[in-house]
Amino acid sequence: MAFVVELDQVSNWYGTTRVLRDVCLTVSEGERLVICGPSGAGKSTLIRTINGLERHQGGSVRVCGLPVTGHARDDDLVRSQVGMVFQQFNLFQHRTVLDNCTLAPQKVAGVAAAEAEARALDYLGRVHLLDHRNKYPRQLSGGQQQRVAIARALCMQPKVMLFDEPTSSLDPEMVAEVLEVMTDLAKEGMTMLCVTHEMSFARDIASRIVFMDGGMIVDDCAAGEFFSGTGTSQRARAFLSQIRG
Amino acid sequence: MTVLSKRDDASGFPWWMAALGFLFALMGYKIWSDDLYAQILSVVSEGVWITLYVTAIAFALATLTGLLVALAFKAPNNLVRQAARFYCEVIRGIPVLVLLFYMAFVAAPVMVSLANALLVLPREAGWIDQIEVRDFSLTWRAIIALTISYSAFLAEVFRAGLQAVDHGQIEAAKALGMSRTKVFRYITFPIAFRIILPPLGNDFIAMIKDSALVSVLGVADITQMAKMYAGGSFLFFETYSIVAMIYLALTIGLSLLLRGFERRLRVHEDR
Repeated sequence: MAFVVELDQVSNWYGTTRVLRDVCLTVSEGERLVICGPSGAGKSTLIRTINGLERHQGGSVRVCGLPVTGHARDDDLVRSQVGMVFQQFNLFQHRTVLDNCTLAPQKVAGVAAAEAEARALDYLGRVHLLDHRNKYPRQLSGGQQQRVAIARALCMQPKVMLFDEPTSSLDPEMVAEVLEVMTDLAKEGMTMLCVTHEMSFARDIASRIVFMDGGMIVDDCAAGEFFSGTGTSQRARAFLSQIRG
Repeated sequence: MTVLSKRDDASGFPWWMAALGFLFALMGYKIWSDDLYAQILSVVSEGVWITLYVTAIAFALATLTGLLVALAFKAPNNLVRQAARFYCEVIRGIPVLVLLFYMAFVAAPVMVSLANALLVLPREAGWIDQIEVRDFSLTWRAIIALTISYSAFLAEVFRAGLQAVDHGQIEAAKALGMSRTKVFRYITFPIAFRIILPPLGNDFIAMIKDSALVSVLGVADITQMAKMYAGGSFLFFETYSIVAMIYLALTIGLSLLLRGFERRLRVHEDR
């Protein structure tokens, strides 16, 4: 149980295309990883493999010591302990903000209705959306929806949070409000893995940067090392200079 | 372009509804003032309950069967998928009327002898009697035929509705740890239901109309009552005008009701 996330020699194919090549990665409690790299590098696939949304064909994936196997019973258990935030928010459109947050705790974790609601209100307060609790997702802006999505994931009290490009489909002025919530979360000591192109966010909160290319982890180093360019590959430095523009 | 869109605009005064109201008022006046019309109405409306009974039961069963067939389209087992596809294609390709005759005069006797063969032991023990084909009422044969026919159409409606559910929301539910059945129950089905409701309502209205076909089996629905009355009295115009009005009242009333219900479902979810 030393590691929260443990990937050993993980490989993944889409048909005949190999998306992940023998990826090894361990994440300890409290670490804040930012996964970056060019598009098609396998970043999203990697993060989706951790909670079994993407099946891996080779190697092993463990979360908090529990194996991700592709069998419903194993994977459902892992997923109940892993929070995930998507690029497209994916809120349940037919339920109110509050219902979005209380559904899984009640139906999956078996939390009583009153406690689930108290928990939801607590997290909605933390993402500054308490006033919107009775609205439907469609009535909210993108940034607000993404903050609800974060609160919804937190309501399951996950051991680790996965973010799959959480700000990529937001208007520029809404990116900040979502990053602020994520920064708060990082300060509270949440274990986080985040696929993002927000390099300033990465510099501020990441403890570790994983740079991927061609389905492999090219660099895996402390954030300071990554941004100073010491101990990183040529490929990562080229990527970084391009992003900085 | 502007002229076209103006013509398509349905938000103006509903003259068609006024015209319809006028027709109903006219018919109402005739029934009130003319004893003959009143008599026809009282005879024919004895069939209303049978029409509604046949339609309601057949539609409920068809909805259930259709949902099961739609789920079978997505079954992990290929044999199940192929069987569902076979059922759907075959049934959709046969006219309802032919299906009614087939059910009543081919399948029903087969089902009865099958039931007798299966129940051989309790029968020999003297617990039950031999089942005769005539014990199988024509009303139920008609209900089963309508059920089978509509289940194939409804299966396609369900399939389309389930397919239209945003995959992201399903994925989010999975990511929260929900099992396959919970995802279906709390996310996929409620969302699909809102998509499916309008075509489902349309099919219910269509079935009220198609239920008139059961009269060919002698089931005493509105149409059958009218057929018998008109055949004896030769009052074809009066009888069938009243029948048409009854069906219109049922279908249009129902479609207005459904529209209201859909609006209520939608209103709080949209901006």
